[in-house]
Amino acid sequence: MNTLRTIAFARSGDKGSSANIAVFGRTPADYAWLKQHLTAAQVEAWFKPLGTGAVVRYDVPNLEALNFVLPGVLAGGGSCSLRIDAQGKTLGQALLAMPLGLLPESSPSTD
Amino acid sequence: MTRPLKIANASGFWGDQPDAAARLVAQQPDLDFLTLDYLAEVSLSIMAITRAKDPAAGYARDFLEVVQSLAKFWQGGGKTRIVTNAGGLDPHACGAAVRAELAKAGLTHLKVAVVSGDDVLPLVRAGGPDFRNLETGAELSAVADRLVTANAYLGADGITAALQAGAHIVVTGRVADPSLTVGPCRAHFGWAATDHDRLAGATVAGHLLECGAQACGGFSTDWLDLPGSHDIGFPVAEVAADGSCVLTKPAGTGGAVTVPTVKEQLLYEIGDPGNYLSPDVTVSFLTLRVEPAGPDRVRISGATGRPPPSTYKVSATYRHGYKAHGMLTVFGDQAVAKARRAGEGVLRRLQEAGCNYRETLVECLGTGASVGGIVRRVPETELIETVLRISVAADTPEPVKRFTREIAPLVTCGPQGVTGYASGRPKVLPVFGYWPCLIPRTAVKLVWQML
Repeated sequence: MNTLRTIAFARSGDKGSSANIAVFGRTPADYAWLKQHLTAAQVEAWFKPLGTGAVVRYDVPNLEALNFVLPGVLAGGGSCSLRIDAQGKTLGQALLAMPLGLLPESSPSTD
Repeated sequence: MTRPLKIANASGFWGDQPDAAARLVAQQPDLDFLTLDYLAEVSLSIMAITRAKDPAAGYARDFLEVVQSLAKFWQGGGKTRIVTNAGGLDPHACGAAVRAELAKAGLTHLKVAVVSGDDVLPLVRAGGPDFRNLETGAELSAVADRLVTANAYLGADGITAALQAGAHIVVTGRVADPSLTVGPCRAHFGWAATDHDRLAGATVAGHLLECGAQACGGFSTDWLDLPGSHDIGFPVAEVAADGSCVLTKPAGTGGAVTVPTVKEQLLYEIGDPGNYLSPDVTVSFLTLRVEPAGPDRVRISGATGRPPPSTYKVSATYRHGYKAHGMLTVFGDQAVAKARRAGEGVLRRLQEAGCNYRETLVECLGTGASVGGIVRRVPETELIETVLRISVAADTPEPVKRFTREIAPLVTCGPQGVTGYASGRPKVLPVFGYWPCLIPRTAVKLVWQML
């Protein structure tokens, strides 16, 4: 199964109860594809079971990156959350595991 | 032309590799500065609890071991200076303890300075509409009687002044993490507090350094491809007079400094990349250029800055009851079904015994539980093994304490194949809520002092 991992790398971290996930294209073409297809709404839907609020996407073209902020996704975060991952360390990997088939008109141009 | 300033980070958090500082100066004795970061969002509340039991424990005592580990280097003429927030809740006690360590090592010529004024607990306790929660908008009155700590993220002013006065070791309480780097740059290059673009560059360098090995391939997506991942180097920023820097690591260390590892760390724990707020400067990351500059060398330039906000961010914490987590391994056919039933059974028994919890959680690790099961590669029924993790939280310690005694009995009343119980009963942990808010700069009095 082709996932985002094949065209992107990522890093996630926490700010209180929120988390951010930065997603980077592996090539300029990958970034252009991500920019067009990986919307805030799609990321929000992917992480909805974890209780995220409205996801905001910031475009960072100079780093060929999209930065997603997921409010409240950590269920209290820090010391409050009971979850094994209270600090969002796993969210980057979780996003990279998203099947490309979930995104509309999926045909990443890795050529 | 002024030469670049070489600043390394030797601690990304309280609990990082204890020998990183000694290794760094052995690998690269020409470093101008080491920065050591000890304070995550709720670290100060942990210090508040340890200080309640031992008045001398209001700071990161691990730092004293770092000072000891550098004694030989300084005795041999090493020049590297240190800036650290190890002072925690009690920077003066930390600074005094550092001086005592230096005296023991015959290093009384090294000057120690302390930066304080970040503790705004009395002001926040007094309350007011200004201290509403930045995340939730809630009024402070909801938690005012349970506040434990409230510290403003100070900028680089105190560090800069102390270094200009000749300090070798600067110990602070809460300061913004990048300010540990901005201070040495301002002191060395003589930048004004209004040199926004240069301050922005140094803030970016500090942001890259603040998590230690994370800038050199640690925590990276392609970690498995790194050379020498057992010994990832700690990062070194060579900051130029224009605020740009080259990020690198000592020769011979593992890991990698590449455009991808640097990009990942640039956006780590960032909100709006066009408005990175620090007490020194508001930075735009949208003008940054990141380019290779040789093996394990990446140049970062083009940062732009604007004046900082008229408020400091305050990180406050409040008591929020107690929690505990219990873990057991379950092996065998239907391992996940067995683990889940066993976990839910423990909670049911406790509830029937009259224990009330505000929150409980049963997780079966191995099923994708870290992300609530949104990613699943193997059907649960196929797993031969899982780690059962049961958690509870309550406003009072008693039901949590009772919970900690109910994990091990699963060895005899749970399913066949329960193991991994040798580490004893789980601990009852205090829970601290995080309360981010703002305070006007004019209400905070930053002070620094040479000891």
